[in-house]
Amino acid sequence: MKLNLKIWRQKDANSKGELVDYTLDGVEGDMSFLEMLDVLNEDLINNGKEPVHFDHDCREGICGTCSLQINGEPHGPDRLVTTCQLHMRKFKDGDTIVIEPFRATAFPVIKDLVVDRSAFDRIQQAGGYISVNTSGNTVDANAIPINKHDADDSFYAATCIGCGACVAACKNASAMLFTSAKVSQFALLPQGRVEATERVQNMVRQMDLEGFGNCTNTGACEVECPKGISLENIARMNREYLSATTKG
Amino acid sequence: MSGLIKSSIARKVVMALSGLFLVFFLAQHFTINITSVVAPDTFNEWSHFMGYNGLVQFILQPILIAGVIVHFVMGIALEIKNNKARAIKYKKYNGAANASWVSRNMIITGLVVLAFLGLHFYDFWVHEIDYKYIAGNAEDPTRYYHETVEKFEPFWRTALYVVSFVLLSLHLWHGFASSFQSMGVNNKYTPAIQTFTKIYAIVIPLGFIFIALYHHFNPITH
Amino acid sequence: MGILDSKVPSGPLAEKWTNHKNNINLVNPANKRNIDIIVVGTGLAGGSAAATLAELGYNVKTFCYQDSPRRAHSIAAQGGINAAKNYQGDGDSAYRLFYDTIKGGDYRSREANVYRLAEESVNIIDQCVAQGVPFARDYGGMLDNRSFGGVLVSRTFYAKGQTGQQLLLGAYAAMNRQINRGKIKPYNRHEMMDLVLVDGKARGIIARNLVTGEIERHSAHAVVLATGGYGNVFFLSTNAMGSNVTAAWKAHRRGAFFANPCFTQIHPTCIPVSGDHQSKLTLMSESLRNDGRIWVPKRLEDAQAIREGKLKPTQLKEEDRDYYLERRYPAFGNLVPRDVASRAAKERCDAGFGVNKTGEAVYLDFASAIQRYGKETALTRGIKNPDNKTITKLGKEVIEAKYGNLFQMYEKIVDENPYETPMMIYPAVHYTMGGLWVDYNLQTTIEGCYCAGEANFSDHGANRLGASALMQGLADGYFVLPYTIGDYLSNDIRTGAIPTDLPEFDQAEKDVQDRINKLMSGSGKHSVDYYHKKLGKIMWNKCGMARNAKGLEEAMEEISALRADFWENVKVPGAANSMNAELEKAGRVADFLELGELFAKDALTRNESCGGHFREEYQTEEGEALRDDENFKFVSAWEYKGEPKDAVLHKEELVYENIELKTRSYK
Repeated sequence: MKLNLKIWRQKDANSKGELVDYTLDGVEGDMSFLEMLDVLNEDLINNGKEPVHFDHDCREGICGTCSLQINGEPHGPDRLVTTCQLHMRKFKDGDTIVIEPFRATAFPVIKDLVVDRSAFDRIQQAGGYISVNTSGNTVDANAIPINKHDADDSFYAATCIGCGACVAACKNASAMLFTSAKVSQFALLPQGRVEATERVQNMVRQMDLEGFGNCTNTGACEVECPKGISLENIARMNREYLSATTKG
Repeated sequence: MSGLIKSSIARKVVMALSGLFLVFFLAQHFTINITSVVAPDTFNEWSHFMGYNGLVQFILQPILIAGVIVHFVMGIALEIKNNKARAIKYKKYNGAANASWVSRNMIITGLVVLAFLGLHFYDFWVHEIDYKYIAGNAEDPTRYYHETVEKFEPFWRTALYVVSFVLLSLHLWHGFASSFQSMGVNNKYTPAIQTFTKIYAIVIPLGFIFIALYHHFNPITH
Repeated sequence: MGILDSKVPSGPLAEKWTNHKNNINLVNPANKRNIDIIVVGTGLAGGSAAATLAELGYNVKTFCYQDSPRRAHSIAAQGGINAAKNYQGDGDSAYRLFYDTIKGGDYRSREANVYRLAEESVNIIDQCVAQGVPFARDYGGMLDNRSFGGVLVSRTFYAKGQTGQQLLLGAYAAMNRQINRGKIKPYNRHEMMDLVLVDGKARGIIARNLVTGEIERHSAHAVVLATGGYGNVFFLSTNAMGSNVTAAWKAHRRGAFFANPCFTQIHPTCIPVSGDHQSKLTLMSESLRNDGRIWVPKRLEDAQAIREGKLKPTQLKEEDRDYYLERRYPAFGNLVPRDVASRAAKERCDAGFGVNKTGEAVYLDFASAIQRYGKETALTRGIKNPDNKTITKLGKEVIEAKYGNLFQMYEKIVDENPYETPMMIYPAVHYTMGGLWVDYNLQTTIEGCYCAGEANFSDHGANRLGASALMQGLADGYFVLPYTIGDYLSNDIRTGAIPTDLPEFDQAEKDVQDRINKLMSGSGKHSVDYYHKKLGKIMWNKCGMARNAKGLEEAMEEISALRADFWENVKVPGAANSMNAELEKAGRVADFLELGELFAKDALTRNESCGGHFREEYQTEEGEALRDDENFKFVSAWEYKGEPKDAVLHKEELVYENIELKTRSYK
């Protein structure tokens, strides 16, 4: 099939960018979206032009590196997939596809479609861990039974791949779904309760410092999340935060 | 405390609490108003009580006004911050793909409702203040029904009221249930809360619209 | 041959590690504050090593090419992690895990290392649970296990099909704690370009900031490489697009020996190639072989009809299907080790029984598992005489609970519903057992340069068992390297900070700069991918699942010629002093073009078949691998001498004191 692409090109962080038109022929339905961009880039290189830069790595939907706002939606029109697993069979011959970087003040553009998501790292550094040393003689793994339901919920929260689609989708560029998934993952386990108060306060403080917007419960993040992280996590974080604040 | 109000979650909770308070007030307001259709005497009686009871006038009324102001100021503050959170906008943003129009446009419905409140304050509250404290008129426990019905005589005012209540309905449609999520309530009762929200968001504004239209089409004949 | 000292401690096998830890030198806490360590790579091995070293008090700098340490490719490991916990009471023990791993590796790994790995495996699970890794649990709240290929016990701990992700997030969380304390300084979007040696010791690296293009110098008292495997030498593999050999190769060029490069694992269950545009291959976890049955049609005409789309697999009767693994290996059936399963698939497809349009796919069928689970569930729910529809529905629910995310992934990629029709799978390059040669302390042949995880060669011999890569990465990083490195660093407590203005740094930076300039000045005929794909084709066809002397000789020549062409004619657009993805790729492919040749040379030298290395000249009449313990019971460690063909072989003889060498049989 033949596609009309409108792709955001931006030389570097300080330059002003713009949408540039490309026409690409010979796209097959079995290609992933990124493989389609590979084909475009091969064309560009062979014509002596600089290829389009975009973030990608594992190409199997788990590393969270790939991003892209495709026709106004993070990771494109398909649900529960990352861009690397979005396949071109979701598009038709002659379609126009607008490709932009994830937009948020906290995710500045580095080049073309590549953005800086280190704000997410800093949120996790603020408290996204359990303070246990590597001693090799912690208690036996089965010493504390954990209710299967809680362990599963913790796991589902922990499947967040940190891609930033929640921020990109949210009209407020809020990072609440991401942060709450990280908070929930620990809050649901007995090991994580010990530091629960400090964790939620520190992580929310960092989230606010990074300049993300507020949650207005539109639910866009949950819909666009490639891993289906639930809004329940946001409610849980709100609860955790309120109880932490009243504790002082 | 200032730290608390700076936190995004605390601000959300303030929005939720003030919103819920206004939702509660709305139900009470509606209960009184509907008597103007079914029992004008009761309407006069209750209105007089509200107008001259010290507790209502000097404690509850300021709280209500404060609630409105807090909800409004915080809403605007959040909107400004949220706008800054995406300084460079998308060229193409398909918001409809993942969230309802209502949830994305609370600021629009909210501002319209606020503008309506201006008119509403002018119509009733300013009038009351003028009647009681500036003109210094004597108490008249039977004036309320007339005054209310007369307000709905002009078509433009009735139309404005109707439009405003439609927008209030939209605001409630998202805001009511949303306030529970903001306060951390998301559990097995959530579907029930959402259903109740939808009923509430339709019934109450529709009721107000009915009252306005009823009085418009049933003017008091002198 | 005297060069290679494995430094395996003396004493009985089970006491070696404990004794060693008791006898090595320590660095006191105050002195650790004056010692810097560079860790390159932040996957399971690098992330866990960095966190533990920082926790001990060293100043750690981490480097990764990804935008966050959490994105390292360990995250993609699906199935699980082995540990000899014996929670299932099925007779597991450290010795059994040790034995299975040695046997699974076809007797080409070092006994002492593997025993230590088995010993530490139990600590890993304790550590990870304490860190909040949400492993799967049963309704009693206890940890659940499943079974993997090549073993007869259930010792694999898992978190659905995302075990690697959960473990990496655990290690990353441990890193975050140290970053927050200021003990780790993370350099993300940085690529190591060279290793700097001062007086023969590793004292730093030259790195390129991938955002600005700036060339940076970083010094330290020791350098840890945990940079993963080199499967991308095949272009198509299950590795991440960025996975590369560059850091290890640079160390090799500076004097670290490269061991067993030809030992590559071809994983049997991957989604088949769909076309020329393909950029990478996706794994379907080995855990699927717990419940899926592998088959091809018995008759050639059926296979052809299926390829042409005239026949559907579900229409083929049971007796017309060839469950070839169950037929050939009745004891292990569908759960034979990976090398065996891969070769068997290739054998059937080469014989013309392949089932997709390229003829390179076999079926992985869940229909009978769905029926079995459906009946079981009906029984436990007290449904009497359930009809077929109910059974199928219940069975599908069980399968979904176990493998839902994998099935979803398959459907998104292939556009077929694997609940209704069997999956199509084919082997793909997945893991490299070879890597930098390290001694028992994980030190390479360069003093102060350590290597952990997939990047080293140490524990898996000629074939790795499923769910052992995660185990090795974390054992190395959490429990081995932090202790053994102290022994070396105890000599450095008075050294003080290493200055970066030494002539050695000047020279290394100049070398890096020259190389970049050379890459940027190619004549511009072909893109980097053009060369990478060509290299991949040579590797897959001549150094893949089956190799022979003629093909390997050709491969060496072809790769050498391709390399010359590459340096002459490669096209790298853009500028070197800014973000430039093509330049990054070019640097990596340049190193693959050298490694590929050494790989072929190594395979050519090893005149036997063992594990993932199958030489067609050396097989039994039944087509099984024919190992030659008399002549090849050694580790090949290659010394760099310029051109890969000139590399010099050093042999580390493998000594088996606790295990009797047998022909590996899964029949």
